[in-house]
Amino acid sequence: MSLQLMTYLVVGATFALYIFIAIKARAATTGEFYVAGKGVHPVLNGMATGADWMSAASFISMAGLIAFKGYDASVFLMGWTGGYCLLAMLLAPYLRKYGKFTVPEFIGDRYYSNIARVVAVICLITASLTYVIGQMKGIGVAFSRFLELPFEMGLLVGMIIVFIYAVLGGMKGVTYTQIAQYCVLIFAYTVPAIFISLHLTGTVLPQLGLGAHMVGSDMFLLDKLDKTLVDLGFGAYTIQKGSTLNIFLYTLSLMIGTAGLPHVITRFFTVPKVKDARSSVGWSLVFIAILYTTAPAVGAMARLNLMETIHPTTGPNAGQWLEYDKRPSWFKNWEKTGLLKFEDKNGDGRIQYVGKANKEFKNEMVKVDRDIMVLANPEIANLPNWVIALVAAGGIAAALSTAAGLLLAIASSISHDLLKGIIAPNMSDKGELLASRIAMTGSILVAGYFGLHPPGFAAQVVALAFGLAASSIFPALMMGIFVKRVNNIGAVLGMLSGLGITLVYIFWFKGWFFIPGTNMAPNNPAHWFLGIAPEAFGAVGALVNFAVAYIVSGITPAPPEHIQHLVEDIRVPGVVRR
Amino acid sequence: MSEKTEYWRANIRLVIGCLVVWFIVSYVCGIFLAPALNHIRILGGYPLGFWFAQQGSIYAFVVLIFFYAWRMNQLDRKFGVQED
Repeated sequence: MSLQLMTYLVVGATFALYIFIAIKARAATTGEFYVAGKGVHPVLNGMATGADWMSAASFISMAGLIAFKGYDASVFLMGWTGGYCLLAMLLAPYLRKYGKFTVPEFIGDRYYSNIARVVAVICLITASLTYVIGQMKGIGVAFSRFLELPFEMGLLVGMIIVFIYAVLGGMKGVTYTQIAQYCVLIFAYTVPAIFISLHLTGTVLPQLGLGAHMVGSDMFLLDKLDKTLVDLGFGAYTIQKGSTLNIFLYTLSLMIGTAGLPHVITRFFTVPKVKDARSSVGWSLVFIAILYTTAPAVGAMARLNLMETIHPTTGPNAGQWLEYDKRPSWFKNWEKTGLLKFEDKNGDGRIQYVGKANKEFKNEMVKVDRDIMVLANPEIANLPNWVIALVAAGGIAAALSTAAGLLLAIASSISHDLLKGIIAPNMSDKGELLASRIAMTGSILVAGYFGLHPPGFAAQVVALAFGLAASSIFPALMMGIFVKRVNNIGAVLGMLSGLGITLVYIFWFKGWFFIPGTNMAPNNPAHWFLGIAPEAFGAVGALVNFAVAYIVSGITPAPPEHIQHLVEDIRVPGVVRR
Repeated sequence: MSEKTEYWRANIRLVIGCLVVWFIVSYVCGIFLAPALNHIRILGGYPLGFWFAQQGSIYAFVVLIFFYAWRMNQLDRKFGVQED
């Protein structure tokens, strides 16, 4: 069977499954629409969170990022998992105890302030929208590469699928499709990884394969990779290259940002009890860790395969650069997409792929897009067609599930926080359900539009979404639970100052509102304040938020009695014996 | 000191303990001490600092969350504040 047909079959089958679930899991009340009626089993919610969390970027880009950055990519591995510890211990159980529908709702109630609620809504929508545009683009790319449909067509199909299950089912529909999508994506990610690990090291588990010997050699895979890269003038794979302060703050910002992303937090509103919220965060991380501990192996092994293809160190062609005319078919396929580019600088008809430290040659691989590492991995390793088809379905599942979760967070904050909460408090449950469906439809259309015409901020997910979540939402939520004394004025000023300093720092180096050419200083380590990257600044913003909120609250009146009772109440799971 | 305050203090102690471990496995072993730990090899050819940064810290996070959940459930029962 041709690869094309196989891919259509596999992707089509997964779509049929998602639509089937959508029809089964329709939402009848706002409670079902916003939080799936609080009836999701903690383990299943863990799976749904896994799919919700792991986006097109985690599935497609992360292993490639690791492949090219080596040790320095650890910031993403630790940052995007360590945040779940903060979520489990500092936020999820208490917010579940509070038991309402959205994150801005808690902030508005706890700080008895509609301004606080609106600030939270704005942060939520900006962060989620930035994030969702990337998913829409991912869906379009996956379709155009694997199904050879035009980008716009792929985007439209994706929008229709999300529309069916998210508008009909709300959180309930999204949850159960996410569970299915998790199964698809994790299968699609681990199967090629196991094949490649077996091929290179003879070890089944990629997590162990990464530490193992190469097949038929007494050299460890990581040593081989370090040696290959250093010989060709690249930096060693396992050694730190960036500044320690930047790596530290980058990791911390991603952790705090992860814990503060509303679409993830809301997932823990859907479990029946407080104790389920605690364990469900653990299950989420189990399901996420399966992919996140596989990714480093995929990255390292794919990099080694790529280097060995171009400059083999064993076999009949050992020590010779690959002739351009003899390049494998995957090479040609990816050249067509423009993600891979070769330029014969010395005119010898061979491909020289070298790092900056190499004095003998100029690098002729002028472009190696990191996304290729996962997408082309099965082809590079000569895996069967069904595996390639599976990777396509997995990438689409990862993008769809994250997009749906984000769109739901946006729609809920519009219909529940802005409309029902502030503009029309007397709306009936039925009216609100209708409003939330309309908000969902609107969000899908807006996201689709931006997917077609990506604005400048779309590429800045890490800086903008994580920066906002870390500097504004996380501190407001955490202090709302842990520091009874923080009041409305302190919280609002804290959020605004944390947000403000983070945004200014990002815009300073990346241009005001990401408009090219408006940056105040070049975006490189030499110009960064203390060598801190804009993406790593969220942690500093969070610190400013904490400090301002604490100090301002100290010199302004304490929160009213009923708010203090509210805080005491969310700190315990059950009823308190007085 | 009321039961409720005591429950909350026990919770805070537990959270701080867990977060200290959280900090050690990621920031200390995975970042600050990684260059030094890289001289030690584990699980075959993994340099230890590199292993903490790309594998070990993640496993530790999972264990920490379940440990926290388990201890909190015990605390809930001890102070009689569990859900029915």
